[in-house]
Amino acid sequence: MSGHMNLTLKVWRQKNSTTPGKFVTYKADEISPDMSFLEMLDVVNEDLVKKKEDPIHFDHDCREGICGMCSLVINGEPHGPKRATTTCQLHMRSFSDKDTIVIEPWRATAFPVVKDLVTNRSSFDRIQQAGGYVSVGTGGVPDANEIPISKVIADEAMSSATCIGCGACVAACKNASAMLFVSAKISQFALLPQGQPERYARAEAMVLQMDEEGFGGCTNTYACEAQCPKEIKVTNIARMNREFFNAELIKS
Amino acid sequence: MKLDAKIPEGPLAEKWNKHKFDLKLVNPANKRKYDVIVVGTGLAGASAAASLAELGYNVKAFCFQDSPRRAHSIAAQGGINAAKNYPNDGDSVYRLFYDTIKGGDYRSREGNVYRLAEVSVNIIDQCVAQGVPFAREYGGLLDNRSFGGAQVSRTFYAKGQTGQQLLLGAYSALNRQIELGKVKMYTRSEMLDVVVVDGKAQGIITRNLITGQVDTHSGHAVLLCTGGYGNVFYLSTNAMGSNVTAAWRAHKKGAYFANPCYTQIHPTCIPVTGDHQSKLTLMSESLRNDGRVWVPKTLELSQKLQKGELKAKDIKEADRDYYLERKYPSFGNLVPRDVASRNAKQVCDEGRGVGKSGLAVYLDFADSIGRLGQPAVAAKYGNLFDMYQQITDENPYEVPMRIYPAVHYTMGGLWVDYNLMTSLPGLYCLGEANFSDHGANRLGASALMQGLADGYFVIPYTVGDYLANIGPAPIDASRPEFAKAKAEVEEKIKTLLSLNGTRTVDEYHRDLGHIMWEYCGMSRTAEGLQKAKGLIADLRNSFWKDVIVVGENEEVNQSLEKAGRVADFIELGELMVDDALNRSESCGGHFREESQTPEGEALRKDDEFAYVAAWEFKGINMPEALHKEELIFENVKLTQRSYK
Repeated sequence: MSGHMNLTLKVWRQKNSTTPGKFVTYKADEISPDMSFLEMLDVVNEDLVKKKEDPIHFDHDCREGICGMCSLVINGEPHGPKRATTTCQLHMRSFSDKDTIVIEPWRATAFPVVKDLVTNRSSFDRIQQAGGYVSVGTGGVPDANEIPISKVIADEAMSSATCIGCGACVAACKNASAMLFVSAKISQFALLPQGQPERYARAEAMVLQMDEEGFGGCTNTYACEAQCPKEIKVTNIARMNREFFNAELIKS
Repeated sequence: MKLDAKIPEGPLAEKWNKHKFDLKLVNPANKRKYDVIVVGTGLAGASAAASLAELGYNVKAFCFQDSPRRAHSIAAQGGINAAKNYPNDGDSVYRLFYDTIKGGDYRSREGNVYRLAEVSVNIIDQCVAQGVPFAREYGGLLDNRSFGGAQVSRTFYAKGQTGQQLLLGAYSALNRQIELGKVKMYTRSEMLDVVVVDGKAQGIITRNLITGQVDTHSGHAVLLCTGGYGNVFYLSTNAMGSNVTAAWRAHKKGAYFANPCYTQIHPTCIPVTGDHQSKLTLMSESLRNDGRVWVPKTLELSQKLQKGELKAKDIKEADRDYYLERKYPSFGNLVPRDVASRNAKQVCDEGRGVGKSGLAVYLDFADSIGRLGQPAVAAKYGNLFDMYQQITDENPYEVPMRIYPAVHYTMGGLWVDYNLMTSLPGLYCLGEANFSDHGANRLGASALMQGLADGYFVIPYTVGDYLANIGPAPIDASRPEFAKAKAEVEEKIKTLLSLNGTRTVDEYHRDLGHIMWEYCGMSRTAEGLQKAKGLIADLRNSFWKDVIVVGENEEVNQSLEKAGRVADFIELGELMVDDALNRSESCGGHFREESQTPEGEALRKDDEFAYVAAWEFKGINMPEALHKEELIFENVKLTQRSYK
């Protein structure tokens, strides 16, 4: 069919977390521009399985750009060349016939490789567990309309809350900093009245956990914002820093 | 065994309150002596795990994804219903109850549905308190929008990402309990069997998806919150990993499977583009608030559109058929999903579909953009429009969306009583995985409501009653039943890995999907279903001889994971076909061509089929036994559903 592409893939293959990995070259022929990037990999994997070879392992689930499970550094960019787009929503029309595409996992100490392109992002969960919540139990809460919240504030909180926890910000950062991810959650709660009682304790706990996990510091290159598939703004980081300093001030 | 739904006696509005008082309690100091296993961490699982841990139980929670936040509830777009009546437009608990019963085509229990409507209001309060950023009006109060099957605005939403925000709320509550040490979280762990001791569920067998290790876990009760089985159709709006394995293995251990043939085909999805397609993408039903559905009036114009000789904007207003508005003037584009889907299929079958394949209808926003302006439309649906453009490379602000129905949700699931307990004592089932509240068709924005109702506000009460009855003595995991279940799981894995066939798991899955879509999809006939039965049986036999599963158990092995899930889907497919054959009436999403009104609407046979079909597994290659739970309607009158 016209418009189909023949591509060369250089894919990072690594058996497990303790075995060194390497790039392996594959051909991806007759690829339709309407395929998603992951569907292109499905086709390659189907061929590998037919040949009784181990398919390329990658994380993915919803394929709608919302679960945050898919990753992949494509030609050096987390989630590939298209802005504000997750890998699963990237379509092959973003590439051209005879392209060579380099595919790597997220690279960060705090995201060790599990197999091939699959990494362990449980450090993100542990940061959330350190304080990414409002301490209310089920039941006994006020009526939902009891506390009016300005639409501007609610919308701003929603913009921060829209983070999907994929880790592209870390993969994009030369320091492997997780500040965009952490600040998005801290901001959501710092903005909303429900988050006020634990505002500073939360900021402190989450930042400390972030450091403990081995993520780097922020040196304001804004690569995270540029690569974030949900367009989370670096202004969240400014807010997080303010929250963290205030937390320290209040303590002293 | 006679099915006892345990619906409390008394007037509808008092049943739940009375029942809560009748349920036994576990005293606070004893709660820490009980272990509860929760499988799945979507809305139902995460909310249940968090709420039970808050009460003091020791919870072990499991998910196959790398984090509980990835569960597919995250992808729900449009909203969550609640009978708050904030807009002052005539809503009430009773109206939500009535709309849901009617929307489900009178195939659900009055008692369950009323309770769902009753606790819906608490859910919104709870989520707001957790910091869920619902959409608000300029005055600072919560905004509502309308959804299919209702004439009031009762749907709360967070842009087109309501599921995400609600799940992250439940995930945050779960995280708090993990931090406090009350929940032990097992990620990348797949449940492969339930352990039954002395007729009670007392544990599960899991496979660690990183190391391949098979483990046993014991608990006083087991909660399955493992979602729906729409992926039996291969192509669906479900996540790639969504599967029936936990529920199916429990079914084979004694939990009845209810109404498996009730599947929801969602009307507004992006049409299929080719054989490479791995999943289908939903466009939220909320779009039908402002989008108008149409196809050309004539075959001739449709053919020109299909060939690309004309574009949508070339079709004059007078030549367009806004068929939903024409046929259903009072609900218009907001008819329930089953009605909207069937009508889309009908116009496409007539040849009036659009797009290259002719298997699509238009969802047109030109009027709304003209009336409200593009920024207002973008504020409401921006992320959905972006997603559409991403996938189709067309700009829906300029050309109408093309949509077609796709498998989305399964109303069937494990049979549960009013306490959400399956027919296997000690085994509970919550959320989409159970069958309980949506009858034969689910209304939009009700799935999130049910998942959270079950997890936050039902199970914390009902599980206590069972636990109080069995007592807090520790579960003995050295009983031989645990080792036996583990050995069986390991044996099954070994068998799969030994199959050195010629066809891939995906090929089998795709074949199964074609059979199910063709014969057990939007419309069904006895003849087609009979044919499907034979085809699936052949497929099952072939699978166990000729499938390829590469690699080993002791590693990350996605090939092995998929093989186990598809094997279960094939068995489930056979049961769905049996159930669809048995139910020779049309109701909701189950449309039997033999049973329709002169206008082509679903024709129920209440005298024969006003029951829940609960199937009991009898052994491999044996027909399942059908148990009927009569549905008793004391409050609503069963009528032919009309949205005209």
